[in-house]
Formats: sequence, structure tokens, C-alpha cells
Amino acid sequence: MEPTKYAALIPGLIRSACIGVHRRLPLFGGAGSARNRLAASVAGACLLHAALSTAAEPQRKIPPSALRSGITFASADVRALQADDFENPGMLWVERGAKRWNDAGGAAKSCRDCHGDAVARMKGVATRYPAFDAASGRVLTLDARINACRTRHQSLDPLPLESDDLLALSAYVAKQSRGMPVEVTIDERTMPSFERARALYYRRIGQFNLSCAHCHEANWGKRIYAETVSQGHGNGYPAYRLEWQAFGSLERRLRACYSGVRAEMPDYGSAELAELQLFLSWRGRGLPVEAPGVRR
Amino acid sequence: MNHARRRFLAGCSGVLMAPLAVPRASAEEADTLTPAIREVTGGAPLKTGRVTLEIPRIADNGNAVPLKVSVESAMTAQDHVRSIHLLSEKNPRTVMARFFLGPRAGKAQINTRVRLNGTQHIVAVAAMSDGSYWSGTAEVDVTESACYDATNP
Amino acid sequence: MTARIQVPREVQRGAVFEVRIAIQHPMETGFRYDLMGKPIPKNVINTLVCRYGGAEAFRAELGSGIAANPYLQFYTVAEASGDLEFSWVDDAGERGSERVTVNVVE
Repeated sequence: MEPTKYAALIPGLIRSACIGVHRRLPLFGGAGSARNRLAASVAGACLLHAALSTAAEPQRKIPPSALRSGITFASADVRALQADDFENPGMLWVERGAKRWNDAGGAAKSCRDCHGDAVARMKGVATRYPAFDAASGRVLTLDARINACRTRHQSLDPLPLESDDLLALSAYVAKQSRGMPVEVTIDERTMPSFERARALYYRRIGQFNLSCAHCHEANWGKRIYAETVSQGHGNGYPAYRLEWQAFGSLERRLRACYSGVRAEMPDYGSAELAELQLFLSWRGRGLPVEAPGVRR
Repeated sequence: MNHARRRFLAGCSGVLMAPLAVPRASAEEADTLTPAIREVTGGAPLKTGRVTLEIPRIADNGNAVPLKVSVESAMTAQDHVRSIHLLSEKNPRTVMARFFLGPRAGKAQINTRVRLNGTQHIVAVAAMSDGSYWSGTAEVDVTESACYDATNP
Repeated sequence: MTARIQVPREVQRGAVFEVRIAIQHPMETGFRYDLMGKPIPKNVINTLVCRYGGAEAFRAELGSGIAANPYLQFYTVAEASGDLEFSWVDDAGERGSERVTVNVVE
């Protein structure tokens, strides 16, 4: 990794260490043990560092004022397709999802039986995903959360990942947050995932030996063949991608990116992809949910 | 064509192409358009005009290209469009679709999305109730995805 | 197959109105191969018919040159209030249908 990029990570590493210290040990007071004195001096160093840093929070490379959704890099035809709720092919999945919401099939409880009317009750939900799930101790995407509901509360088998039914439910739930800003939570529970994903984002991978940042931070707005490189946010997903001639999740799109640099694609449902989505949502927070999106 | 006009045309996302002639395939490629047109007209003369094909000059992706075909016609019982045939110059199957209208249509206009196997011409042939045949043509530059996507069959 | 139809909420008798239909269907060309290298057989919606007031108002014969999840927009003249009935069939013989009520006012 280039020295400048590594240097950029140092404040984050110190920050993580500080958080670790704060969570485990009291800052002041208590018995005057050597451990507490060490904790106090580390905490003091942290406070000093915080005072010296330009900001205590990890900083995004693309500042909020310069954030642009992928739709702004798309052609007029793609923008028109996304904007028209009838022509948008993704709405076929939303409609399918609405049916599945109301009827799980067989004797199983439906989503509606617990959650009620999705239009009212699912508003804002998609803005918070991926999110930490206490029961499994993992970061879950919206799709994984839907499957968790099925197995834990509906006594149903999980839907196959990337299946039409799961995409439909995901699209339907996400659509209820359309227009609302993405706002995922990075706290002590999600920080390890966040840090792993951020390191991955800046790591060169694949035969092309490129990191996500090479395209989406260093070269967004420039062209690769006939396409304009976007900033690589995920707020447009799940989306109908013309290239797929189908509706798909952000996981599918990320897998496509891996193959694009000739790297091995992580499996659907993998922790790596879930954590990467968490990082991307943090990186693009404030952008509106566009589901169901349309992309080329 | 002067510079400004060329830039204007390039900037339009939907271009009305005044049909001049049915495009001729190169010597190496088989001419699939001529037999497909003959299948519609039965050998009757094909006139250019009255048919307008609106399609982006540059398509993001050949999988789904928005297309609008409209035919000037009063759409009365005496004078109407019987059918519109969409033909592709370079697709593996030349006939993309046939639409059957009639006076009940009120307006001879169809919007759809087509698949285009690369940069090519599209020809729309309209069969009128008076036995005449009219055509319109458009050219589309089809671009492809920049990055290889292994999630795609 | 999920299908959506859109017509104006109400139309004046004799007016020409817009009808839009979108159907979820892969419109498989027959030229693709799956991830194991096996050819995926051709399967497109080959015929779609719209009946209005019991008579055919619009018919489309579609090929693999029509994009997946086909979208069609056409026009028809408002006659009496009633249903627009769509029916379609694909190469595998699977049939689909959907209807929508047209509210015609004087």
C-alpha cells in the first residue's frame, strides 16, 4: 500500500485503539492499579490526539458536498427509466414483493401479520442497513435480515440468495425508504466490520491489481470505454441492471466488480460482502435510497 | 453538414431519422433486411416516409434500448395502419416484432424496448389499409459494459 | 408472471388513450449459455393480445429482439366502460393474463 494511503489509516487505527481502551477500562477513579494508570495515560494520549486531529471521526475521502449518486453519471435514457414508476422494470419486483409481503404461502405467518402495512411500518428501515444483528453477532444486509425473519419468526426456510422472491421482498421494503438518506450506524459493535471493510476498500486485488479506490475515488467522473466511472455508492440498489437484463442486489453488483478486476468473487451472503456494503453505506451516507434503481 | 448541426444531432437523445434508403449490407454480410422486407410487402414497392423511428443515437447497453415507432395516419376505417414490422440489420433474428393495429387504435404509435446486437440500423415497415407500404430507418451506436461481469450468464 | 397494466383513471368516450403493459419475463434469446456452459433454450413471449369490449384491439408478435421484461405502450379509442383483457403465451407454452377496467365517461 502506498505510504500516503497508509498514513491516512493511522488516525483510524489510533481511534480504534482509543475506543477499545474506553470500553474495557474506566478512565478515572477506581483502585490505583498499574493497569488503570496505563489506561489513564493511554486515554490521555487519546484525548491529546483527538485535540490535535482535524476531526475525531474517520473522514470520508469524498466530502458530503461532493457526493453524487450513480444515477447522476447515467445517461438520460437510464435516468428516465428510473424516474418512471411504470417503465422502471424494478417495479415488477416491487409488485411481486408486495404480494409476498401479504402472503408467505401455506400456513406460515406473513410479514404483514407481524409488521403490518409495509408502506407505513417499513419507512426508513432500508436506510439503516446493513446493520448489526445481536442474535447472530454479525452485520446483516437487508436481504439477510429478511431471511433471518423467515427462519426465526415464520418457521420458513430462508429464500435462496439472489432469488426473485428475496429480491422482490428486498425491493418492496427498500422502496418504502425511497428518497430518504442512507444512515448506517458505526459503533463499537460494527466498528471491527467497518475497519476490515475499509482496509479491503483500499487493498489492491485481482489480476488487474486494483483497489476499489483506484476507480471510485481516484478516477470517478472519468471514462472507461463508453462508461463514466461513478463514485461507487450503493444507494441505487437493489436495481434493474440493463447488463443483467434482470433485477439484482448490491451484492451481485459488488461481485461483478470483483470479476471486473479479475479477482475471485466472494460468495453471496459472505461476511466480506456484508461488511463491504456497511462501509459503502457509511461512505455514501446522506445519499437518498433510490430502490428500485435502474443502472446500465 | 455544418459543425453546429452535427453537434446538435449528436446531443439529441432521441433522433428523428429522415429515411433516405434502406441500408445496404456490406459484401461480406448476408443481406437479411431485403428478404425480411419482401416477406412483409410481398414484393410491392416500399415507399419512404410517414414512419418515424425514435431511438437513442447512442445506446447504453444493447440489452434494452427504448424505441418509439409512429406512423402518420388518420386511423379511420378507410385509411389506417394495419401493421408495423420492426426489422434489425444485424441481430441474429431479423424480425424483432410485428404489431397489428386497425382503426380502433386511434393512433399508430408503439413504444417498447428492443435488444440490439451491436451498432446497426433498424427499419420499421408499416402496412397500410390501402395496400401501400411505408418505411422509416434509424441508426443506433450500441455501447457495452466497460467491465467484465462474471455474474452474468 | 408478474404483469402491470396502466391506463388513465378515466377517459372520455371517443378519446384516444394510452395503454401500457410491463411483464416480468426473461425473453430468453436462445443464444446464451449458463454458468456451466449449457445453452439456455429460447423462450420468449411470442404473442400478446389485448381485447377490449370482447374484440381484439391490439396484437403483438414478439421475438428475441424485444428486451427482457417486455414493455409495450400503444393506443386505443375509448368506447364503452369495460375491461381491457390481456393474454399472452411464451415459447414454452406458458400462458399469462391480466385485466384492467377502463372507466369511460361521456
